This record gives sequence, structure tokens and C-alpha cells, in this order.
Amino acid sequence: MKHQQDLATYNFAYLDEQTKRMIRRAILKAIAIPGYQVPFASREMPMPYGWGTGGVQVTASVLGPDDTLKVIDQGADDTTNAVSIRAFFQKVANVAVTTQTGKATIIQTRHRIPEEPLSENQVLVYQVPIPEPLRFLEPRETETRKMHALEEYGLMHVKLYEDIARNGHIATTYAYPVKVMGRYVMDPSPTPKFDNPKMHQCAALQLFGAGREKRIYAIPPYTQVVSLDFEDHPFEVQAFDEPCALCAASGVYLDEVVLDDRGGRMFVCSDTDFCEKRRESGHVGAMSGQSGETVQ
Amino acid sequence: MSAVASQDVFRGGFANPDFDAQMVFRQIMNALARPGTVCMIDAFTEPPAPLSPCTGAIAATLFDADTEIWLDPLLLERQEVVGWLTFQTAAPLAETGFDARFALVSSGDLLPPLERFAQGTQEYPDRSTTIILQLDSLEGGVPLVLAGPGIKDRHVIEPVGLPPRFVEQWAANNSHYPRGVDIILVADDGLIGLPRTTRIEPTDGQEA
Repeated sequence: MKHQQDLATYNFAYLDEQTKRMIRRAILKAIAIPGYQVPFASREMPMPYGWGTGGVQVTASVLGPDDTLKVIDQGADDTTNAVSIRAFFQKVANVAVTTQTGKATIIQTRHRIPEEPLSENQVLVYQVPIPEPLRFLEPRETETRKMHALEEYGLMHVKLYEDIARNGHIATTYAYPVKVMGRYVMDPSPTPKFDNPKMHQCAALQLFGAGREKRIYAIPPYTQVVSLDFEDHPFEVQAFDEPCALCAASGVYLDEVVLDDRGGRMFVCSDTDFCEKRRESGHVGAMSGQSGETVQ
Repeated sequence: MSAVASQDVFRGGFANPDFDAQMVFRQIMNALARPGTVCMIDAFTEPPAPLSPCTGAIAATLFDADTEIWLDPLLLERQEVVGWLTFQTAAPLAETGFDARFALVSSGDLLPPLERFAQGTQEYPDRSTTIILQLDSLEGGVPLVLAGPGIKDRHVIEPVGLPPRFVEQWAANNSHYPRGVDIILVADDGLIGLPRTTRIEPTDGQEA
């Protein structure tokens, strides 16, 4: 790709320097107070709210010319949101991009954490729609702010308890609340709860940006992140009955893919890079088309 | 530190403001995300003494018209220091430490008690002062054992020139978390981040 000549005439990484300084200062405070949502003056971006404007602003403020960027949307590198954000940074920062988790220095994500463990020289940037974990329980910002100030999180436990009372188990499956460093209850963004344990003691720095809600928060590396639960109803992640239909991986998060209108379906890795790597190294799933069985 | 060639307040900023600021920011971010790790700066400024090129780079990266800054008395009486910071960053001077987003302190013995700076509030703990403290060296001093978020197990730092009773002050700073100040220690080309979450553990055979 030769974008060299038509590199957009914006400042590097689109944002002006004063905006970057403001966001960078917010990031530093967020790192110093893990899980606390730092207000910031979120800018209009050339994409609608809901398309990851918070994550894009964080990435733009952190990104340098030597970085390699990976963008995923629900684990996939090739879906609309990931493709357009990756193209955006190629255009405004002329930055190297990759789909390989191990080669990226910055990974912007919409709602997944890669299956491959992250390393110390990586930064994971989450796109966050609603940063306030208490928002659906208490709509007033003044009240939720007070609840965080007083470490008053009883309401969240009531919500989880009501799950148990109605369903017999904690039915929250995504955006499952966590407590960071024993202090702040935090929304991990709508990642499946399957990914919550990866946040705990993660080697990489995790940054969260919510553009419409104008909040930035962070989890430093090697920080305690505990999913809320009860002694008699401990936190559990989703389990899948069968391995990935393409690469036969088990113990990973799978997406359901509908194949026809007669109930046919398959379960495949949500993390496309992880799945491709496994298939390249010879792992064969039940429906990979290489297992000898032919479709009738 | 070599003598600054020019005391002109209009000179000595970043050569490439956007890329230099990005490089320096990444080092500051790494320093605060991994407390105790010495992060090396590779883009410099040439501020008037006693500001070091590294301190000047941090100022040029983080300060602007939105950030009131507090200067220690030695820096404040140096016209060229105030002039350089004002021209290069447009940062206004804070009346007191309580009003400051950032504080620049040119040596350990000029560091006021930490509670004389903005601590943030329980609702907005981010409204606190970040102190940038110049030291003689980040190596060779009394070992301090650090623990907390960003540190895998323990991390030992040996800064030279911290004020006396710093360890007690820092424990007090820890004690009213989430309020508190954050500190960036600077010497030569390196910096160490001490966010308010970092604890200084008592070393073996010695009670804090």
C-alpha cells in the first residue's frame, strides 16, 4: 500500500497537539487511579459516536510513528469497524498495521481481549460505550459519583443477587463488573465475561476510552482485577460444548455462525488471528473443509 | 549537565514538537504504568538552569494554557526559567500548591510537604497535583522497595536526593487513596514514576 503521497494534511494522528496533551494528562491520571473514570474533553471525530471515538482518541494520543497497530472488532480484524479504524490511522498517521497479535504494540479493541497472552510492551485500548457500571442502576451522575467516592457498591451486588433470584445463577454475560485494586468497581466494556480473567495481572497496560460519555480509565499492568461474585455463587466464565469448528481450539471464546435456514450452525473462534495461526500450524476443525468429509 | 548554550527564552523547545512530545509522553506513561522502572527520555529541550533538559521535555509535553504550575522558590526567582516555561508552554503560574495541576521542584530539599499540594477530592481524585522532582541521580542512593499496581512483585529504586522523611510522607500520601499526589522523579536522561498507588515497603531488618 502506497499511501505516502496522499497522506492526509492533518496533524499526525489527526488530533491537534493541545487535544493530545489534554488526553495524555487524563491517561496519566487514569493510570494513577486504576478503575476511576477520568473526565476528558472528548472531541468530535470523523466518525459517529458508537464507532469507537473514545478508543480512537486514546489511540491517537498514544500512537507514534514507530508503533504497529492492530484493530479488532469482536475479535476479528476484518469486520467493518476494525477495517475502517485501521484505515483511518493508516491515512492520518501512516502507521504500520498488522493483524498479528504478537506483532502489535498498540491493539485497539471493540469488546474482546485477544486469546494470545499480551506482553509488557503492548498497550490494549478498549472502545467503551457506557463507562459507568452503575449507570443502569442509578441514572444520576451526581449519585453514581458519590457512590464511587464512598465506595458504596451495594447496589451492584443487589443487581447480581437479583440475577440469581430470577435465574438461579448470575446471568450477566458481558460487561460483567470488576473491582480494580480492591477499590473501584469498573465496567470492563461489553467484553464477554469470558475475558474478565485476562484483565487480572495482565502484563500489558489497558486503557479505556468512552467518546460520547467523555471518560478515560485504565488498568496498569500487574493489577488486581476481580469479577464481583458471591461465596456461594462464584464467578464463572462461559464454557463451550465443542471446540472451534475450524481450528479445533478449546478453552477459547467462540462465535455462533448461522449456516442456513434449517438450523445449521457452527461455532468458530471469535479471535480470527488466533484461529488463522492455529490452522496454519496444522490444526484442523470438524468443519474446516480439510478433514476429508465433503459437503453433500 | 552541560551548560545551556542560550538563555534565550524563545529557544530550546522541542525540535519536532508533535513527535518529540509523543516520544516523551510514552516514556512518562510507561514510567507511571510501571513504577520504579527507569524510563529513558530521547527527545530533549534546552531550558535555562536549573531546569534539566529532561524536566524541560516533560514540561513541553504536558503543560499548556490549561495547567496551572507551581514552581519552587529557586525556580520562581529565576526570570529566565519563568520566561522559558511561559513562552514554551503558555502555562500560567499557580498561586499556591493547592491550585497547581503540576509542580516543578528543582531539588529534593525544596520539596514542600506533600499535603501542601492539591490532593483531589473523593469525588474527583484526578484534580490533584503531579509533582515533577529533579534529583541528583536515580541510582546509588538508599534502596527503596516499591510494590503496587504496575509492579509484578517488588521493584527496588535507589534515587539520590529525596528529602528526609520522604518515606513517611509517601505513606501518608498512600493512606488517603484515592486522593493524593503523583510524583515523577527526574535525573539525567531518565525518569521514574511514583503514582499514588505505589507503596514503599519497609526493607529487611528495618521497620518503617
